[in-house]
Amino acid sequence: MIIIGEKINSSRRQIAEAIASGDRNFIQNEAKIQSDAGADYIDVNAAAFMEKETEYLKWIIEAVQEVTDLPLCIDSPDPEVIKKVISLVKKPPMIINSITLEPSRLDGILPLVLDYRATVIGLCQTGNRMGRSAAEKVEIAGRLIEKVTSAGIRIDALYVDPLVFPVGADSNSACATLDAIEEIMKQFKGVHTVCGLTNVSHGLPNRKLVNRTFLAEAVARGLDAAILDPSDKQLLGALRAALMLMGKDEYCMGYIKAFRKGLLA
Amino acid sequence: MSNELFEKLTRAILDGKDKDAVSFCREAVEKGLTARSVLENGLMPGIRKVGELFSIGEYYLPELLISGKAMQAAVAELEPLLNAGGSKFYAGKYLIGTVKGDIHDIGKNIVMMMLKGNGWEVTDLGVDVPPEKICTAIADGDYDIFGMSALLTVTMPAADEAVKAIRKAGLRGKIKIMVGGAPVTQEFANKIGADGYAKDAFEAVNKAFSLKDITR
Repeated sequence: MIIIGEKINSSRRQIAEAIASGDRNFIQNEAKIQSDAGADYIDVNAAAFMEKETEYLKWIIEAVQEVTDLPLCIDSPDPEVIKKVISLVKKPPMIINSITLEPSRLDGILPLVLDYRATVIGLCQTGNRMGRSAAEKVEIAGRLIEKVTSAGIRIDALYVDPLVFPVGADSNSACATLDAIEEIMKQFKGVHTVCGLTNVSHGLPNRKLVNRTFLAEAVARGLDAAILDPSDKQLLGALRAALMLMGKDEYCMGYIKAFRKGLLA
Repeated sequence: MSNELFEKLTRAILDGKDKDAVSFCREAVEKGLTARSVLENGLMPGIRKVGELFSIGEYYLPELLISGKAMQAAVAELEPLLNAGGSKFYAGKYLIGTVKGDIHDIGKNIVMMMLKGNGWEVTDLGVDVPPEKICTAIADGDYDIFGMSALLTVTMPAADEAVKAIRKAGLRGKIKIMVGGAPVTQEFANKIGADGYAKDAFEAVNKAFSLKDITR
């Protein structure tokens, strides 16, 4: 299971403020918190700043790499931005977040994945359509895999994100994502699946309960990476327990060790 | 007698019971109440209250949706009578769409449903709508308001471009413009020269009425 720490994202108000005011300590502290909590990658995102995105993303990458040895997940919808910052990333293997079936993103990013021996997150969306039903998601996943592998990239360098929508707006949407995870993992051997969680609970009370229950269900269907806040102990608790129950934690040692470190709740 | 029925109707909308709402509408009409009065005294107080409860965080998104559905069912039941009585349930014409480069539609669809439940006739341009398409629709139609949604920080500039295109096409005087979406703020709406901003579906309906100078 790969945990990508989501906290350094410019769509969060506190992070945007820290970036804009050049508060290096704040950003570095967010990196340390996630690293201590067991993240495998640190996601870095400055997309909210648009024309200043490249400049700020470079600054974040340097700041984060000063305090952690964890590899990074470079997060931008703009291939040009990724191209400009990628050489700053010290430690392989990095994740590039993300591609879709949009040609400009495929053409811009797949060569970088090859050159830097990176892995890449592929969203189940085309240029103008997001995969809603399980069948649509699986179909788009198949096309993403085709694009990636025909570019000479191994299938296991791709993390398919089946997309998560608010269950409060459509009672079947979470189920569609879960079904897609299972089907993608079954149909395309070697590929990974990843998703974010917070969207699922939009518009509902006690959102964290919904998020962690969804994560446990997704793990039960084969999800093997997630973008989340690793410092949320209840969430990590649900994740460790789910992995253990799915037979993905030999002798339950991952669970026990996390407990001893005080990481579970 | 009629008061009790109005209360039942209001309750049915608040609880999102579409079948109850429809059958109470029928009962009211059979008892000789006018469709207009059923709408104004039974249904509208319900959907307004739903919006209020949602905006203060007491009602959650699914409750907003299910009440909206009940409202639509009840209005569909009354509509032929409203039309026949010459008092159409009609607030105005609303054009809606998600800006160019953005393919999110959940928020837009919720706003659309709430507008319809409040008597607006809504035309949906869909997602990823280029400025030219917006301008053509405004030029060819007689809409009161154009509302656009931008769900991503990176697609917010497309809202700005849409307003500029509308201005350039000489259509700005023809229509009121509203903008919304998670990263959008009142400041942004002011900056791009929109007439209104709404932070959620409830506010969007209120804003639409106030832009059309309708007091409710």
